Amino acid sequence: MKTRHDCQRAGMIPARWQKPQTHNYEAGVGNLIDIKDVSHTFATDGGPLHVLDHLNISVPDGGFCAVVGPSGCGKSTLTRLIAGLMIPDKGEVWLHDERVKSPRSTVGMAFQNPVLLEWRSILKNVMLPLEIVPTKLTRKQQVERAEFLLALVGLEGFEDKKPSELSGGMRQRASLCRSLVHSPEVLILDEPFGALDAFTREDLWQTMHKVKAEEPFTGVLITHDLRESLFLGDQVVVMSGRPAHAQYVMDIPFNGPRVLDDLYSAETAERLAILRHQIEIAQGRAKAENPA
Amino acid sequence: MKFQKILVPLVAMVIFLILWELLVWANGWPNYKMASPSDLWPAYARYGELFVIYGWQTLWRTVVGLLLAIVVGTLIGMVMGFSRVMRDALYPLLVGFNAVPKATVVPIVALMFVGAHDFNTVLIAFMISFFPIAVSVSIGLSTLEPEYRDILRSLGASNMTIFWKIALPKTLPEFFGALKVAVTLAFIGTNLMEIVSPHGRGLGALFDSGKTNSDYPLMFAVLIALAVLGIVLYYIVVALEQIFAGWAERSPN
Ligand SMILES: Nc1ncnc2c1ncn2[C@@H]1O[C@H](COP(=O)(O)OP(=O)(O)OP(=O)(O)O)[C@@H](O)[C@H]1O
Ligand SMILES: [Mg+2]
Repeated sequence: MKTRHDCQRAGMIPARWQKPQTHNYEAGVGNLIDIKDVSHTFATDGGPLHVLDHLNISVPDGGFCAVVGPSGCGKSTLTRLIAGLMIPDKGEVWLHDERVKSPRSTVGMAFQNPVLLEWRSILKNVMLPLEIVPTKLTRKQQVERAEFLLALVGLEGFEDKKPSELSGGMRQRASLCRSLVHSPEVLILDEPFGALDAFTREDLWQTMHKVKAEEPFTGVLITHDLRESLFLGDQVVVMSGRPAHAQYVMDIPFNGPRVLDDLYSAETAERLAILRHQIEIAQGRAKAENPA
Repeated sequence: MKFQKILVPLVAMVIFLILWELLVWANGWPNYKMASPSDLWPAYARYGELFVIYGWQTLWRTVVGLLLAIVVGTLIGMVMGFSRVMRDALYPLLVGFNAVPKATVVPIVALMFVGAHDFNTVLIAFMISFFPIAVSVSIGLSTLEPEYRDILRSLGASNMTIFWKIALPKTLPEFFGALKVAVTLAFIGTNLMEIVSPHGRGLGALFDSGKTNSDYPLMFAVLIALAVLGIVLYYIVVALEQIFAGWAERSPN
């Protein structure tokens, strides 16, 4: 098996993977999400905590951006910024040529914790956003929409069950349906599969691809799993340690539908090696090498 | 199954009464030391009407005090649950208020509002029982995982919507847990006032008159009547809990 260093020595790694990609800051040129030069500092009991530092990320319309980075580097903070749950100290967040200043109903969110409401049936849980967001759907269409999504993720027949009757993976599927039911432009997933076992996780990756084929959203996925980022993303952003910027961006071309076997290809192995190396740099465990 | 659920406690109660009777009989205690169940029937037979009237007075004042405690306790709990500053400000006050033995407050209240007997009783029942409700609601709200809030907030929902759709239902199990404690406390409050305050009404006053007249079986009869009322109220709360927060109870399989 080749190690990362073998790959680098053999010149197998394309140059664009070796240095951070520079971004197009021009407002919304085909980008749905634009994080422009965002810096943020939290006031904490232990003094100011500089979390984000000149962070730039762009995700094109329909793209799916996977974000990885060391623990505590500010990934969840990034999701909250995109969702408009908070405003950055400096810099701007743009969605669809509109500056984000407050939450908006065109965003869907799902977290590691599925946070289903235990007193509601699965169907009612999925329909929750439709009670908040203005919708043109009739009551019947709303139910159909929720049922469609539940079937899409393989939860047909579980509509009337309570969350406590479902397994962790099923709850996460339901949570995914809830984040999609109002057809958001932007889907934000913060480590949604982080608490699941390896097999369930792989099942859900495939489900994600199925969902992506049906639903036209632009996605941001926070993850700790590099293989997950490669399998689901068409762009992987490695965030540096705190204060975080986009240390490295890898584009992953879509050549036809992805299957799990792709994860065991030589190409993926190389990409994994690069990403792992970048994470080590971000964690401060490895020195950044100057690209030749 | 349902039959068993009623039968088992009934049998337990009968066994308890028999043991009680035996205990008194075996020790040869006179009824001023310890009345036995067989002494109670004559008391109930003689004062049956009084028990109904006074029992009702005790009951409604307890329930009104409790309702007040629910409203005020929930409001205080909401304020403390949503605002860190208010929590820090109110918590020591509440703890201090709760720490004062209510037996000492009773005469003060009785003096402050002389003659307003119903009002006094309700007030004490309220004062003694709102604390657990306020604390449970505030803890329920302040420990709501931020993701629950974010799910709705990210869609632009108002704080009120988040409260009604998520925070309130989610705190119901804690709320009912506190309510079960509060029911019993409210009873204590009502009776304290009824016993201490002169010219009282309610079962507490009946107890007091038993004391002045050295009618010991009557005193015991009042105790049992209070226990019965307490059980009834408690199970009403349990039934409400089943209806409104039954989802929190996992089926044991
Ligand atoms: N509201 C806040 N107030 C103060 N500090 C905060 C706040 N939110 C986050 N932080 C701090 O900011 C840093 C980044 O937090 P964030 O949750 O964004 O990290 P993360 O990359 O998502 O971490 P993880 O990988 O563990 O999920 C952490 O050190 C965290 O303690
Ligand atoms: Mg996080």
